[in-house]
Amino acid sequence: MSILTSLQLLPLFGALVIGFLPASNAKLVKQVALAFSLLVTLVSIVMAISFDRNYSGMQFTEVRTWISAFNINYAVGIDGMALVLILMTTILVPVVFLAGWNESENGRWNVKVFYILLLILETMMIGVFSATDVFLFYVIFEAMLLPVYFLIGGYGSGERAAAAMKFLLYSLFGGLLMLAAVIGLYVISTNQGGATFDITRLSQLNIDSTTQNWLFLGFFIAFAIKAPLWPFHTWLPTAAKSATAGTSTLLLGVLDKVGTYGMIRFCMSFFPDATKTFTPAIITLAVISILYGAFLAIGQKDINSLIAFTSISHFGFITLGIFALTSQSLTGAIFYMVNHGFGTAALFLTAGWMIKRRGSSQIADFGGLQRVAPVLAWSFFIAGLSALALPGLSSFVSEFLVLLGAYAKYPVAAILGTLGIILAALYVLLAVQRAIHGETPASSAGITDLNLREKIAIAPVIAILVLLGFYPKPALEVINPTTQTIMTNAGVSDPTAKVVK
Amino acid sequence: MTISTSLVYLIALPLFSSALLLLLGRKADKWGHIFATLVSASVFLLGVTEFFAMQGRDGEARAATQKLFEWISVGSFQVDAALLLDQLSICFVLLISGVGTLIHIYSIAYMSHDRDRRRFFAYLNLFIAAMLLLVLGDSYLNLYVGWEGVGLASYLLIGFWNEKPAYATAAKKAFVANRVGDVGLSLAIMIAFTQFGTVTFAGVKEGASGASAGALTAIGAMLLLAAAGKSAQFPLQSWLGDAMAGPTPVSALIHAATMVTAGVYLITRSNFIFDASPTAQLMVVIVGAITLLFGALIGTAKDDIKKALAASTMSQIGYMILATGLGPVGYAFAIMHLITHGFFKAGMFLGAGSVMHGMNDEVNMRRYGALRKVMPITAATFGLGYLAILGVPPFAGFYSKDKIIETAFDSGGIQGILLGSITLLGAAITAFYMTRVMVLTFAGTKRWDEKAHPHESPFLMWAPMAVLAVGSVASGFLLNSGSALVNWLEPVVNENHEHHSGHLLPPIVVSMMALTVVAIGVAIAVLKYRTVPVVAPEDVLGITKAARKDLYQDSFNEAVFMRPGQKLTAGLVNTDYKVVDGLVRLVGWVIQISASTLRNIQNGYVRSYALIMVLGVIALIAAVWMVTL
Repeated sequence: MSILTSLQLLPLFGALVIGFLPASNAKLVKQVALAFSLLVTLVSIVMAISFDRNYSGMQFTEVRTWISAFNINYAVGIDGMALVLILMTTILVPVVFLAGWNESENGRWNVKVFYILLLILETMMIGVFSATDVFLFYVIFEAMLLPVYFLIGGYGSGERAAAAMKFLLYSLFGGLLMLAAVIGLYVISTNQGGATFDITRLSQLNIDSTTQNWLFLGFFIAFAIKAPLWPFHTWLPTAAKSATAGTSTLLLGVLDKVGTYGMIRFCMSFFPDATKTFTPAIITLAVISILYGAFLAIGQKDINSLIAFTSISHFGFITLGIFALTSQSLTGAIFYMVNHGFGTAALFLTAGWMIKRRGSSQIADFGGLQRVAPVLAWSFFIAGLSALALPGLSSFVSEFLVLLGAYAKYPVAAILGTLGIILAALYVLLAVQRAIHGETPASSAGITDLNLREKIAIAPVIAILVLLGFYPKPALEVINPTTQTIMTNAGVSDPTAKVVK
Repeated sequence: MTISTSLVYLIALPLFSSALLLLLGRKADKWGHIFATLVSASVFLLGVTEFFAMQGRDGEARAATQKLFEWISVGSFQVDAALLLDQLSICFVLLISGVGTLIHIYSIAYMSHDRDRRRFFAYLNLFIAAMLLLVLGDSYLNLYVGWEGVGLASYLLIGFWNEKPAYATAAKKAFVANRVGDVGLSLAIMIAFTQFGTVTFAGVKEGASGASAGALTAIGAMLLLAAAGKSAQFPLQSWLGDAMAGPTPVSALIHAATMVTAGVYLITRSNFIFDASPTAQLMVVIVGAITLLFGALIGTAKDDIKKALAASTMSQIGYMILATGLGPVGYAFAIMHLITHGFFKAGMFLGAGSVMHGMNDEVNMRRYGALRKVMPITAATFGLGYLAILGVPPFAGFYSKDKIIETAFDSGGIQGILLGSITLLGAAITAFYMTRVMVLTFAGTKRWDEKAHPHESPFLMWAPMAVLAVGSVASGFLLNSGSALVNWLEPVVNENHEHHSGHLLPPIVVSMMALTVVAIGVAIAVLKYRTVPVVAPEDVLGITKAARKDLYQDSFNEAVFMRPGQKLTAGLVNTDYKVVDGLVRLVGWVIQISASTLRNIQNGYVRSYALIMVLGVIALIAAVWMVTL
C-alpha cells in the first residue's frame, strides 16, 4: 500500500474510531478528530518531502482492480499540482477543526456525526486529487456532495436546508453531464480497442472534433459549476451564507478547486482540439467572472456573501490562467488555487468569529472592531489584503503570474482582468472600513478578542500567506514540471520575447 | 558593478522593527517609539556609510548590487529578490532615512499624547522599509512590491485616526486612487516582459533600443499612469488633499518629501524608455504642466493650512514630472528639485504641525494670525522654507526651480516658450499662495479665540524643523555647485553634455524673470491679505470657488465613475438575484414539486439522492454493458 493510499485511508479510519466513541463525550470526539487530522497533516508532509520534484510524471502510484468487467481500477498517483492541493487540504482540515471547535454543537445531529462527516470528506478530498482513473474520480466527485450536503443542511444556519438543496441540485446536474461524458469516453476507448478509464490512456485516444466538443462540454460544465464560473455561480453565495465557517472554508477552499483542477486534468488533456475551440469563449467567461464577481462583492451586505463573490472573481483569474495556457499563467493558476484556499480560509474563519461574537452577519452591524478585538481585526485585515493580492502575500505572486502570462497571448483579457485589482481594493477596503474602523458602537462593545485556540488556528494560515509571498519557490518548483507536462501534451509553447538580444 | 552584502539591512531593519512593534502590541508601548527612531537613525547611518563607500569607488564600480534569493521562477520569467544601489537610489536612501529620522524624532513629541503612539511608529518603520525597497529594487517587480507597500503604509497612516469616518474614507480613497496607478505599473511590467523577456532595469534598458515605437510608448504611458497615481498628478491627484487626514508628521514624510515623489523616481529610473519615445515624453510634459498649474490654483483658495501645503506639493511635483519629460538634461534637475523640496516642504509641514500643536489642532488659517510672536522658532524655520519654495536666491528652490524653468524654455520652439511660460506662471501663483499662507499664519493680527493658548513647540519638535530649515537654505547651493548632482547622476540618466543646443534665454534673464513674477505674486498676496475675515467670504471669483472645490475633480470623479459604478453594482446585484438566480429557482421549483412526490414514497433527502446516484450508476453500467456486447 502506497503512502498515498495510507494518507487517504487515515481520516476514514479516524471516522471509524470516532464512531465507537460515546456521543456524550463531545470533547473526546473533538480531540480524537483533531489528533487524526494532525496525523494526516504529518503524513502528507512526509509524502511531500519524499516527492521527487524533478520527475514530472505521476508519483506514489498504485493500481488495484476494482470492477474488472469494465476495467475500472482503484488507480491513484500524484503530480506536483495534486501534491500542492493535497497539502493545502491536509493543512486546512485541522485548522478548520480548531477554528470551529464549538460550531458542531448547534446542529441537527450530534458532534460525532459532524466529525465523522468531515473526516470522510477529507478522505474524499485527498482521493479526488489522487485518482488517475476517471471512473474513480467521478464516483468521488459525486460522493463528496453528500457529506457537504449534510454539513450545510445539518449544521448551518438560516435557511440551511434550502441552501443545501440548491447546492446539491446544481452539483448533481453538473455531475450527470459529466457522467454522460465519462461514458462517452469509455465507449470511444472500447471502439479503439482498449476499454479503459485510465487517464493516461484516455488522453491518447483519437477523438474526432465534433465528439471532442460535446464531451468537453460535459466535463467543462460540471467543473464550471463546481469552480464556480459565471453564470453557474448562484448556488455559492447561498451556500456560503448558510454553511458554518469551517464548511465554507472547505467548500470554497478545497472542493471548488476540484472544478479548476478538473479543467486542467481532464478537459485539457483529453480534448486538446476542443480546448482550442472553446478557449476564446472560456476566457470571456473568466473575464466576466473576474469583474462580475468583484462588482457583486462590492454590493453585498452580508459578509459571507461578500467572501463568496470575491471567490467568484478569483476563480475567474484561475480559469483565465488555465486557458491562456502559458508557463506563467498556468503555474500562476495552480499556485492561485493553493493561495486562494488559504486566503479564503482566513476570510471565512475570521468572518465566522466575528459573526459568532456579534450574532449577525450583516457588515453594517459591525464597526470599530479594532478597539475591542485587535487581533481579530488584524487577522481579518490581513485576510482582506490577501484577497486584494497585496505584494508580500502569496496571492500577489499567483495573480500577477496569471495576468502576466495571459497578457502575452490575450492582452485585452489581461487588461480587463488587471482592472479587477481596483475593484478588489474597493470590496476589501469597504468591508474593512465598515467592520473594523470607526467608533465601536455599543452593540459591539462586548466583543472579545481571539482566544488562544483561535490564534493557534489562524496563525499557520497567515504564516503560509506571508512565507509563500516572500519565498514562493517551494511551491513553484513543484508546480512547474506539471505545467511543462501539460503544455507539452497540448503542443503549446510560450510566446517568445519580441526583442531578441 | 560591486557586489554588496549589506544593502539588505537597509530594508530588513525597519521591516523587522515594524513587525516586532506590531506583534508585541501594548507590551512595547513604553519603548516602541524610541526603538523605532533608533532603527530609523541606524538606517540613515548605514545609508551614509554606503554613500561614502560609493565615493571611494570609481566609474562602473560605484553601483552595487545584492542578490538575496530567487523569488519567482516560472519558465522564462525569472525574477530575483535583488537590490541595486546606484547614484540615483542613494539620493533617495539618504532623503528617506534622513528626513524619515527627523520625522521620527518630531513624532515622539507630536504623538506623545496619543494612546497608539507605538502603532504609529510601527507604521512609520513599515513605510521606511517599503519606500527603501521601492528605490532599491533592481527590477520593476521588486519596485512594485515597495510601490504597493508604501501604498499600504500610507493607507494605514492616513487612516490612523479612523474613528472619524471621513478619515477612514480618505485612507480608502488614497489606496484606491493609487491602485488605478498600480494597474498602469502592472501593465507596464507585462508589456516589458512580452517585449524583452525580462523585467530587470538592466535588461529592459538593454532591450529598449530594439523595441518598436508603439511598445515603448505603451510602456511609457503605463509608467506615467503609475506615476500619476502615486505622485498625485492629473487626473489622479484628488486623493492627496484628503490624505491630510493623517497625522501631520505623516503628511510631511509621506505626502510631501518621499512617497509622493516616487513617480518622479519611476520615470527617472525608466529614462531609457522615455528617452526612446518622444510621444511618451510629451505625455509626461503635459501631465506635469497641467498639474503644476492645477495644484497651484487649488493652493490659492485653501484655508486649511495642510490642504494649502498639499496643493503646493502637487504643484511642485508637477514641476519635477515636467522636468523628467524634458529629456536627459531634465532628470537631474527633477531629482535636485525633489531633494530641495524634500527639505523645505517637509520643514513647512512640520511647521504647520507645530502651529496645530500650539493651537488645539486648529487647521483653519483664518483663525491664525500674528503667530510669529508666540512661535518664533516655528515662524523662522517656516519662513526659510517659504523663501526656498519661492526660489529666492540663495535658498534651495532658487537653484532647483530655476533650472527647471530654464530647461523648459530650452526645450525648443513653441513648446519651449509655452512650457517656460507655464513654469513662470506657476512660480508667480506659488509666490501668491505661499505668501498667503505665511501672512495668514504668522503675520497680521491675531484672529484666534481666547480658548487657544498658542505656544512654541518643545525641543524635540523644533530641532527637526531647524535641521530641515538648514537644508532649505543650503541644499540647493550644495547640489548645484560644480554641477555636483548632475555629474553624480550622469551614469544613470546618460546625460550627454555634448548635445546641449544652447540656451534660448541666458540663465540670468530667466532668473530675473522668475524673480520678477515671484515679486508680483508676493505683492498681490500682501496687498490682498492686509485684513483677513475670519469667515471665508462668499462673493469671490468663480476661479476661487472652483479652486476651493479642488477644481471639481472630485465632482467629476463622482459623476463619471462613482455614481455610475454604484448604479452598476446595484443593478448587477439585482440582476444576479432576479435573472441569473431566478432561472435557477424556477428549475428548483419545478424539481421541488416533482421531488415532493418522491419524498412521500422515500421520505428523506438521503434516500432520494442515493436513488439518483444508483440510477446514474445503473445507467453507466447499462451503457457500458451494451457497448461491450
